[in-house]
Amino acid sequence: MPAEIRRKTPEEYLRECQAEEEATATQKKGHLKIFLGYASGVGKSYRMLDEARRRRERGQDVVVGAMQSQVPEEVEPLLRKLQVVPLKVVNGGTAIDVDALVLRHPAVCIIDGLAYDNPPGSRNPTRWQDVKDLLEAGINVVASINIQYVDELRERVEAITGKHVDQTVPLSFIQSADEVEIVDAPPEAPMERSADEQVEIRKREDRLSKLRELALVVTADIVDHQLSDYLERHAIRQHFGAHERILVCITPRANLQEMMEIAQITARRFHGDLIVAYVRQPNISPEDQSALDARLAIANAAGAHIEILEGDDPAEAILTFARSRGITQLFVGHSQRTGLARLKGSPLDKLIWEGHGIDVCVFPQ
Amino acid sequence: MAERGKLRIFMGYAAGVGKTYKMLEEAQDLKASGVDVVVGYFEPHGRKETIAKTEGLEMVPRKNVQYRDSLFEEMDTDAIVARHPQVCVVDEFPHTNVPGSERDKRWEDVEVLLAAGIDVLTTMNIQHLESLNDHIWQISGIRVRETIPDWVVQQADDVVMVDLTPRALLNRLQRGVVYERQKAELALQNFFREQTLVALRELALRQAAHEVEHRMVDAPHKHHKILVLVTADPKTAMVIRRAKRVSDFLGAECFAVTVQPTGDLSGLPVADREAVERHLNFARNLHIETRVLEGDDVAATLVDFGRRNQVTQIFLTRPHRKAWSPVFSRDAAQRVLGLAKDMLIVIVSDREPVSQ
Repeated sequence: MPAEIRRKTPEEYLRECQAEEEATATQKKGHLKIFLGYASGVGKSYRMLDEARRRRERGQDVVVGAMQSQVPEEVEPLLRKLQVVPLKVVNGGTAIDVDALVLRHPAVCIIDGLAYDNPPGSRNPTRWQDVKDLLEAGINVVASINIQYVDELRERVEAITGKHVDQTVPLSFIQSADEVEIVDAPPEAPMERSADEQVEIRKREDRLSKLRELALVVTADIVDHQLSDYLERHAIRQHFGAHERILVCITPRANLQEMMEIAQITARRFHGDLIVAYVRQPNISPEDQSALDARLAIANAAGAHIEILEGDDPAEAILTFARSRGITQLFVGHSQRTGLARLKGSPLDKLIWEGHGIDVCVFPQ
Repeated sequence: MAERGKLRIFMGYAAGVGKTYKMLEEAQDLKASGVDVVVGYFEPHGRKETIAKTEGLEMVPRKNVQYRDSLFEEMDTDAIVARHPQVCVVDEFPHTNVPGSERDKRWEDVEVLLAAGIDVLTTMNIQHLESLNDHIWQISGIRVRETIPDWVVQQADDVVMVDLTPRALLNRLQRGVVYERQKAELALQNFFREQTLVALRELALRQAAHEVEHRMVDAPHKHHKILVLVTADPKTAMVIRRAKRVSDFLGAECFAVTVQPTGDLSGLPVADREAVERHLNFARNLHIETRVLEGDDVAATLVDFGRRNQVTQIFLTRPHRKAWSPVFSRDAAQRVLGLAKDMLIVIVSDREPVSQ
């Protein structure tokens, strides 16, 4: 997974809801909308200014707080129609003029490029913190960011592009936006070139495709986060299965190596989550315990997150956990696969019959 | 023969996210840079901004098709091929043509355009992708009838995600930008619930990511082979979709087989025969290779075929509880589990709509 998106506890929700209510009571916070793209030139600025134009046509007071110094040709006519509050010069560098914007107090402020560090001596070290101040002041903000400048993705992006990234925005800030929209477009196909250039073009296209995939998956993860929020806030227990989540169940005789291998490929290909769990057994024999330990070591080595479940009925414990996490695929070993025992009445039978919406993948032991 | 045209699909997750708008914007850009573009089919839905985007684009007149006592308008594929533009804009890729048309589906018309060397820009929503049909049912409670086989989308040169947040979409809907007011009320009860939209949007984003990856990965994992058991059980269609989706994502091959004592379907009661035939046809339409195997013992024949073909995973419907079930019993499932010790057995669960 490109980014760890943690599920919140009910207490955190409660705190958040209370904080939200308090905020509304004192002052209405601005609404933040972020356009996210995978590279420059995919059309983020255009989409942002097109949105500005529409809002203005609906009668909203829109100003531009920051725009790249060189804007694409198609953006210019849109930009000309909008009032621009110029950047402030601080120690030879530039930053958003937060004071001027708060004083002007438009309904909507457009901020192009969230990932800039401000020059020393500025109000805040970074531009995204300036945006936070605008929101606090009750100004709605429409902003754009290139996925390459998300802090948590830095390593992955650097591995793809081979370039060092130094100015970033934390993922949590993007997640905190009221709306995040992806601006998607295929990499521009250049004209026919010489064979050498073709190789370079292919490499470039490959890099861009990887960034594009990353941007789509990160946006999907943010959406998934919002969906969980929504479901939990509205006390909806069921899950939609829009995101593949695999639960690998460890038992002392499971062929965990193979299970983990397939689980990891599946999770990677589906851009899904992988969780490993085992049900604690009260009277486990020493042999089983050491077999279990060996398997836990395999799962640990694979970097999997391991959940320890409790319950007298192992199948029930697994199902309860699987339902709570919106699991879509359950990976289990099956001792009955010796052909001697009956399926009917076995724990596996229970998993198959009661795991609604969960596929049961039975592995050889 | 002309070089095959390129296909670009603008993918959204609901009506009103702006697919057609984005497609027309692209068509206008192409025209501005001197490309010969025509509109083959455009569905205005009474949307002002979208209609404005067609200004200056050449429209190929639609064809009238008579069905029962009414006239219907469909895309005139022959006229477009005769006109032979460089690029043709075709709205609503999953559309089903009125009976009596030359081809059943618009995507088949698009195939004709591509084969004639015409590039096509088209639009679709994620709801119409065949392998997600059960997922969509689970999310929305709606069985989408107009579907597109996954391979049709896979062979597109590009799939572009057209995104809009559900909140913005709902706002558009309430302002009446998307549909006329009456329709909006109706739509609000179906696909347009916020949580449904959020889930559909997530599915679309993940699919778009997969489409990007699919076009990058050169060597698929050929060592995975998936086998689906086809029976008369209506749930077979669901298992076929799921198996196909998993095999596409893993880059695996996929087979679907049915096991019959006579080696053909003649021994089955009429209703069962029709069901099995329907399922085999369904699999073939999704580009899955199918076989009818001869054998009295379903489990043994299935596993034997799997072993001879280096199958790594077998997909089954949930077995029926009753041992005497003619479809696929618990005992048969148990036999498959016991016999196929070297294979992964996947029992595909029913997907029921989320109660909301």
